[in-house]
Formats: sequence, C-alpha cells, structure tokens
Amino acid sequence: STTFVRTKVTLPDLKYDYAALEPAISGKIMELHHSKHHQTYVNSYNDAADKLSAASNTGDVVAQIALQPLINFHGGGHINHTLFWENLAPKNSGGGAPPSGELSKQIDSTFGSLEEVKKKFNTALAGIQGSGWAWLVKDTQTGGIGIKTYANQDPVVGQFKPLLGVDAWEHAYYLQYNNRKAEYFTAIWDVINWKAAEERFAKA
Amino acid sequence: MAYTLPALPYGYDALEPHFDEETMRIHHTKHHQTYITNLNNALKDNNELSTLDVQDLMTRFNDVPADKKPVVRNHGGGHANHSFFWKNLTPNNTALADGPLKSAIEKAFGSYEAFQQAFEKAATTVFGSGWAWLILKDGALKVVTTANQDSPLMGESVVGASAGYPIIGLDVWEHAYYLKYRNLRPDYIKAYWKVVNWEYATKRYKEGSS
Repeated sequence: STTFVRTKVTLPDLKYDYAALEPAISGKIMELHHSKHHQTYVNSYNDAADKLSAASNTGDVVAQIALQPLINFHGGGHINHTLFWENLAPKNSGGGAPPSGELSKQIDSTFGSLEEVKKKFNTALAGIQGSGWAWLVKDTQTGGIGIKTYANQDPVVGQFKPLLGVDAWEHAYYLQYNNRKAEYFTAIWDVINWKAAEERFAKA
Repeated sequence: MAYTLPALPYGYDALEPHFDEETMRIHHTKHHQTYITNLNNALKDNNELSTLDVQDLMTRFNDVPADKKPVVRNHGGGHANHSFFWKNLTPNNTALADGPLKSAIEKAFGSYEAFQQAFEKAATTVFGSGWAWLILKDGALKVVTTANQDSPLMGESVVGASAGYPIIGLDVWEHAYYLKYRNLRPDYIKAYWKVVNWEYATKRYKEGSS
C-alpha cells in the first residue's frame, strides 16, 4: 500500500513592513491580513491535509472527498495570499512602476495600453459578487494573457497561470475603505509589483 | 414603483456593545441602500415584478427574465435579506421563551443548546460571503446556509436544500462584523445571541406554519 507523506506549509514572511504599502493599504490591514487571515489559512490547510493523509492511508474515500472543500478553501487561501504579498511592493521598491519587457508588449497588444488593462481589471473586481479575487493570467494554451475572476479562495489552476492578483474580499480593505471598494481598487495600483508579474509570465 | 430603504426599528447605537454603531450605520445606509439602488435599476422597466414586496419577489425569482436574474439574485437578495435582518435584531433581547418555537427547536435538534451549536457551526464555516439561517421547511426546522445574497425564499432550484421559510438569519459577510470583530467571526456569532429578536422569530414561525 502507499503511504502519503507531506510537509506542513508555513506563513511566508513579507519582504516589506506592514506599514510600507501606505497610503494605499494601511499597516493595520496588512498586519491583520497577513498575521491573522493568511495564518488561519495556513493552519487550517495543515489540519485538513493531515486529516487527508490519514484518510488516504486507511483508504477512506468518503472522508477524503469530504475534506476536498477544506483543502480547496484553505489551500487556495494560502496560495492566493502568498502570490498577493509578492505582487505588492512599496513605492520605493518598485510598487506602481509600470511593467516592461515581454509582459508589457503582451499587455499593449492584448489590451491596447496599461491604462486599459487596469480599467478592465477594476471592472472585473467591481463585478465580483461576495468574496473573490481578480487575476491577470497567462493562458498556457494560447500563450496569451487575460483577466479572470475566481470566487472565494478558488486558486488559479489548470490551463491558466496566475500573473498578478488582487484580493477583493472585504477583509482586504474594509478597515480603511469601508464599503468604498472602488477607491481601494484604484489606490492599490500604486503598490502593484509588476516585476513579480513579469517573472511569472516568463516562467509560465 | 421603486423599492426604498426601510427605517431601522431602533437607533444605530441601540445594539451596542454587541453590534457597533458604525457598522450598523454603514451596513444600513451604504450596503443595504446599494442593493436597493441596483435592484431598482434592474427592474425599472418591469412593473409587474418591481411592485411586489421584495420577499414575494424572492419567491417569484424564477419569473425574473433571464438577463435580469444575476442582478436580482444579488441585489434583490441583498434587499430581501437585509430587510429581514433588521427586524430579526432587537435592543430588547430576551431568551427564547417556552412556546411553540422552542418546542419545535427542541424536537428538531434535541435541545436548544444543540440548535445553538449547529447554528454557530454553520455560521462559522460559511466559505466567503453568505448567511446562516434557521428555516422552516415542510413543517420541520433546519439550520442552513446560503452563499452571497441568496435567500432561502428563492426556492430549491436556486438554493437547493437551503430552501425554506426564514425564522432567524445571520449575515456573515465580513462587512457585517469586520470593524468591531476583525477576523474573529466566532466572537460576532456569539454576540448575535444577545441581539436576536425571538419575538419576531416566533411570529415568523407562526406565519410559516399556517
């Protein structure tokens, strides 16, 4: 029989201080978002993965299936937030600086301009009902790029590869922007780290 | 005829310290108002539907034209759910008194405590945005959840096994609790028992049973 072994996931450190993304995103939000919300996804994923290992080892298929939504939700939450912290940066570390290279060319040919892709991205964000994320993605079938939204913590998987994501869950902005999410969607571009998106595009 | 924002039956600070004034104010004047504005916009050319009481609109959801369904689902649901929610809360909270509702709860869950635990678990484990409900369906009480602004009144084709007649409901969208409770949704859920309106719930139970 096969034994499933796995290592625990851990909360990644941020490359910047909690307050470094101000005024776009407050230090208070960053601290809660990273040390509480993301930490909970990490803990809950590890717990669910442990249970999944145990169920796999005893061949309990029903239990494995019952754990899938928890793996999806908390594992997705961990993946999404890990990518998110990397595609944010303080202004003095490249936050807000426009993209260059191949990704920039793709943006221009697909959307017309950087301003256009931001507009479309923000429209996608505004259209999310409930909780979710908007992502700039690479389509591995066509080699092209596009914008997709995902509900809750569903991660970008399969045909699409995540390039750049924005968290539209209320916890991502509520303490600072309350219900005025359009203001958050506008402000966050000042701290978007296009370098991370370029690197992901090259690897995808 | 357009839908309008119903007045709260109490002041914005009336549910302190359990539900904070700032949240009540933003929740009512911004979030709920936005659902109404968008619902009115979607149904502005549909007099037959837009003159229905919003709770009836929910039961008639399948009659909404296909191109309007997504907006009515989110914003009609939002208006219906929040209209219900304000009445479902009270500054004059008391424990659930002995009576038909309490007996029905004990029958369905074994005990009131078991019902509370089931409700708290459901409310805690909603992934993302949604609501937890105690509903009446085919004469029996159930704890269910709905995603986003789905209402149990929308029926089985929309909400499956969560379809039924709402008795109590709790908004677990982050906007309902984040300012005071931050990420600690369980604390918010515990506070709900201090503001839930069992008198209104009893009225709902009697209406739903008739």
